[in-house]
Amino acid sequence: MMAATPAAATPAAATPAAAPPATGAIGVPLARIEAREKVTGAARYAYEHQPDEVAYATAVPATIARGRISALDAAAAMEVPGVLAVLWHATAPRLQPVADGELAVLQSGRVAYRGQFVALVVAETLEAAREAERLVAIGYEPEEHDSLLREDHPGLYAPETVNPSFPAATSDGDVEAGLRAAAVAIDKTYRTPALHNNAMEPHATVALWDGDDLTCWDSNQGAPAHRATLAQVFGLDPARVRVISPHVGGGFGSKGSPRPQLVLAALAARVVARPVKLAVTRRQMWAVTGYRTPTIQRLRLGADAEGRLTAIAHDVVEQTSTVREFAEQTAVATRMMYAAPNRSTSHRLVALDVPTPSWMRAPGECPGMFALESAVDELAIAAGIDPIELRVRNEPEVDPHSGHRFSSRGLIACLREGAERFGWAGRDPAPGVRREGCRLVGTGVAASTYPVYRRGAQAFARAEPGGGFTVGVGAADIGTGARTALTQIAADALGAGVDEVRVELGDSALPRAPVAGGSAGTASWGTAVVKACRALRERLDGEHGGVVPPDGLRADADSEQDVADQEPMARHAFGAQFAEVKVDLDTGETEVSRLLGVFGVGRIVNPRTARSQLVGGMTMGMGMALLEESVLDPQFGDYVNHDLAGYHVACNADVRDIQAHWIDEEDPHLNPMGSKGIGEIGIVGTAAAIANAVHHATGIRVRELPIRLDDLLWAEAADGS
Amino acid sequence: MRPFAYEAAADADGAVAALARGTAAARYLGGGTNLVDLMRLGVEQPELLVDVTRLAHGAIEPLDGGGLRIGAEVRNSDCAADRAVRERFPVLAQALLAGASGQLRNLATTAGNLLQRTRCAYFQDVSKPCNKRAVGSGCPAIEGDHRNLAILGHSEACVATHPSDMAVALAALGARVVVRGPGGERTIAMPGLHRLPGDEPERDTVLEHGDLITAVEVPGLPWATRSRYRKVRDRASFAFAVVSVAAALDVDEAGGTVRDARLALGGVAHVPWRALAAEDALRGAPATRESFEAAAEAELAAAEPLRDNAFKVSLAHNLIVRTLLELAGA
Repeated sequence: MMAATPAAATPAAATPAAAPPATGAIGVPLARIEAREKVTGAARYAYEHQPDEVAYATAVPATIARGRISALDAAAAMEVPGVLAVLWHATAPRLQPVADGELAVLQSGRVAYRGQFVALVVAETLEAAREAERLVAIGYEPEEHDSLLREDHPGLYAPETVNPSFPAATSDGDVEAGLRAAAVAIDKTYRTPALHNNAMEPHATVALWDGDDLTCWDSNQGAPAHRATLAQVFGLDPARVRVISPHVGGGFGSKGSPRPQLVLAALAARVVARPVKLAVTRRQMWAVTGYRTPTIQRLRLGADAEGRLTAIAHDVVEQTSTVREFAEQTAVATRMMYAAPNRSTSHRLVALDVPTPSWMRAPGECPGMFALESAVDELAIAAGIDPIELRVRNEPEVDPHSGHRFSSRGLIACLREGAERFGWAGRDPAPGVRREGCRLVGTGVAASTYPVYRRGAQAFARAEPGGGFTVGVGAADIGTGARTALTQIAADALGAGVDEVRVELGDSALPRAPVAGGSAGTASWGTAVVKACRALRERLDGEHGGVVPPDGLRADADSEQDVADQEPMARHAFGAQFAEVKVDLDTGETEVSRLLGVFGVGRIVNPRTARSQLVGGMTMGMGMALLEESVLDPQFGDYVNHDLAGYHVACNADVRDIQAHWIDEEDPHLNPMGSKGIGEIGIVGTAAAIANAVHHATGIRVRELPIRLDDLLWAEAADGS
Repeated sequence: MRPFAYEAAADADGAVAALARGTAAARYLGGGTNLVDLMRLGVEQPELLVDVTRLAHGAIEPLDGGGLRIGAEVRNSDCAADRAVRERFPVLAQALLAGASGQLRNLATTAGNLLQRTRCAYFQDVSKPCNKRAVGSGCPAIEGDHRNLAILGHSEACVATHPSDMAVALAALGARVVVRGPGGERTIAMPGLHRLPGDEPERDTVLEHGDLITAVEVPGLPWATRSRYRKVRDRASFAFAVVSVAAALDVDEAGGTVRDARLALGGVAHVPWRALAAEDALRGAPATRESFEAAAEAELAAAEPLRDNAFKVSLAHNLIVRTLLELAGA
C-alpha cells in the first residue's frame, strides 16, 4: 500500500544534479523528530517565551457590530496597580497601511464587526491587564448592523476573482440547453454554516524591540511571510525584523496570514519600551482570526439515461466583511471534477457587518465538494445508477476547464480500491431499509480532491566539520510533521541517514520560504531542500573528494525558476471517501460506524505522519458533517457559541473505525519527491459521504450542515418494522 | 481577574461562619470546575472564596432502609465508581459518567454538581444582556440561539436549562439535600432544591446566601436496581444533554402492570424535571408501549417549545418510551 520503492524518486526536469544513491529515507514511517520535546513540555510555543521585563497585554473587543467609537475613558483601568498603558485609536502610534485592513489595528474609530479589537491594555501581569480590560469604558455611536447571509440579499455582487486568483465565474456551452436535454436532472440548494478553525494553540505573540530591531516569537504558518508584512506595517527594512516560530500548535489556515495580535504586540512593546506578550483568547478567535464563510450553493445537474452528465451548474452565495474582501473559491473544484459539455459556475458575495472570513482547511474544495458530491449522489439515485459507476462514467480525459492533461488522476482507482476495502459490492441502493436493533444503517460515498500547488523557496544545506548535515529553510511545522518529512527528504537527497541531518525551520532568518498552506509545504520546501542537498553532495564529492573541509561546506538553492518553468498541466490529488452510519430511530443520533478514505496523493514521504494528516482531515470532515457550526445571532451580529463547549469538534468517542489508505501513484510531473499535498484533501468529501450515508440509512436528505438529530427524528423504517 | 480572598474551612460550621463574614459576593469553592470558569469570564466576581473540599464530607455511607448518604465533597468519579451506588442506584452512576469528562469528574463534587449554573451562551457572555446574570437586562435567548434551551417551565424572563446529569437522577430518586445554614441544619427534597425561573431567574435554587450543602441522602428504593439514565447529546462525549431521561421501573412480573415508576428529564427546564404526571399515569397501568406513550404525552402536554426547539418535545417523548420499554424488558 505504501510506496515501497524509494529508489523511484522521480527526477524533475529542472533538478540540476543526478540523484545520489537513495538511502531509503523517503517512505519510512519515521516518528516525529520533536515528539519527545513536545510530550515532555520542552518544546516552547510562542507565548511561553519569557524575555526579561516582559509585560502582558490583553485586547479589548468591540461590543457593537457597526458604528464608531466616540470616547474612551481609561481612568479606572489605569488605576489598577501594574497597568502600564491603555491604547486606542486616539493614542496608538500610526502604522503603515497594508493590503489586509484587519492589520490596521487601533488606527480608526470605525467598528466593522462585533469583537473587533478596539483597545489594548498593557500591564505588569496578565491578571492586572485582564482586570483593567474590564474597566476600560468605551463610548460607542452604534449604527444599524446587517450580519445575516441570505441568498436574496440586495448587496450581493460578483467579485473580480475568488481565492486566490481564480475567475469568479465560468461558462462553457449552454447549461440551460444541457438541462433541457437531460433525461434526469436535479436542482437543489445546499448550505454550510460558518466554521471556525480552532487550532489548539491560540494565536499568540511575544514582541521585543532592540532599538529599531524587532523580534517576535509568534504562532504562525510561515515566519518569512509574517516578517515581510510586519516590516511593512512598521515601515522597517525587513532585515531588522525577525519572526521565530519553531513550534506551532495547529493553524488550519488561520495562521497563514498575520493576525491583529502580531501587530498589537509589537506596537505595545514599542509604546511601553519593554517586551510584550499577547495571546488571542479562545473566545476572541471567533472574531479576529478568520473562519470559513457560510455558503448557500445551488447545484443543477442533468444527465442522459446512462448517467452521462449533460450539464453542471454550481452557483454560490457567501459572505465577506466590510474590512477586507475574502471570496471563498467554493465552486472551483466543480470546474474540473467531471466531464460535461455544458458547465457553469459563479460566486456572489455580500459584505456584511461580520468578522472577515479567511482560509480554513481546504477553502473552496471543502464546502463546495459537500454540495457537488451530495448532488451527484442525488443524481445517481434519480438515474438509478450506482453512485460509483456514475462517477466513473463522467471521468474527463483532460481538465474540462483548462484543457490541460492531468499529471495523474487517481479518482477511479481510489473509488475502486475503496469499494473493495469497504465492501461496497452488492449494496442495495434502497434508502431506509436496513435495521440493526433500533438503528437504521446506511452507506455513502463521495469523491475528494485538492489541487497540487508548489511555490518557489530557498534553502541551504551545510556539511558540518564535525560530521552531519544542517539544512535550513524558512518552513513551518504546524503539527503536520513537516520537520520530520523534510529531514527524510534531505537525507534522501544527501545520501545520508536521517540521524545525520538536522533541519532548521520556523525562523525568518532562514532562507525565504512560502507559508504552510494550500497543502504545498512539503512540495515547495522539499524542492528547494533537494536542490540544495544535491548541490552540496555534488560539491562535496566533486571538489572535496567527499571530505568535509575544516570550515564545513554550504550550498544554497532557490527553486523559484524551477517552479516557474514547470509544464502547464492539471495537477490535482483525488480521493474517495466511504462512510457507514447508524441512525437511532428514536433519537435521531447518528454514529459514523465506519469511515474509510483512499487517496491518490503521489508518493508518500512518511506514512506515519501522512496517515495522521489524512485521518485528521477526515475526522474534521466528520465534525463538519455532524457537529461544527458557528451560530450567528443577528441581534448582536456575532457568533454566540464562541467556546469549545458551545462549538463542538469531534471527540474520540465520535470516531469509531476510521481508515486512510493510498494507492501507488507515480507522478513524474510534480516535484523531486513525486509527492502531492496531504494536509487538506482528507476533509474534502467527508461530509458528503456522511450525508449520502444518512440518506441511504433514513431516506432523509439533509442539505444543510451540520446534520443534527433534529433533522432525523422523523425517520421511519421503510421495512415496516 | 480581580483580587479575591481565599479561606479554607476546617469544618461545616467554620465554612458557614466564614461565608457569613463575607459579603453577598462570597462563594463556596468545591471542585471549581464551573465557578472558576465563570470567574474567568467575569460572570462571577467573588470577593471571598471559602474552600469546602476539606470538611470531612467525603464519604459515602449506608442509610437505614437501603439508602446512601453521599458526602457533599465526594468527587463525581468516586461516586460513580462506588460499589453501593452502582448496585443500588445504577441510574445515578450512569448519570455521573454521562457528564463532563474524566478530568472534570475527578474534580467536581456532589454539591458543586448540583449547584452548577446554566451553560446558556448569553448567561456566559458579560457583553450581552441576561436576566439571570444582570437582573432586568433582558433575555436575548428568546429571540436568539435557543435550540438547546427549555421547553418546560420557562418564563418570559428566562429560558435557560439546568446542565447537570447527576441532578436528574437524584430528582428521579427523590434524594434529600442536607443543608447547613446560619440557622442550623435542614433537608430539602429533590427536585425541590432547584426552582423555575419565574420573574426571579437570578435564583437557581431555594438556598439562601450562606447555606452549605453537606450531603445528599438517597433513600432506599429496592427496585431502583432496575433503573437507567439515557442521555442524548450532539457529540458522543463531553457535551451537555439535548434531552436526558432518568428512569426506574417497578413492574409486577405476574400481572405485567407497573407498580411504581420514577421518571425525570434533563435538558428541558430550569430544573431537573421530575415527571410526576407521567409517573401518575404509569402507576397501575400495564407495562406496554401504549402505557408508556400515554405517560410521555401526559408529561409533555405542558411543553411550550421555543421557535427552534420543538424537536425536543418529540425527542423527550421517544426517549421516555424507549427507556421505559428497555426497563420493562430488562
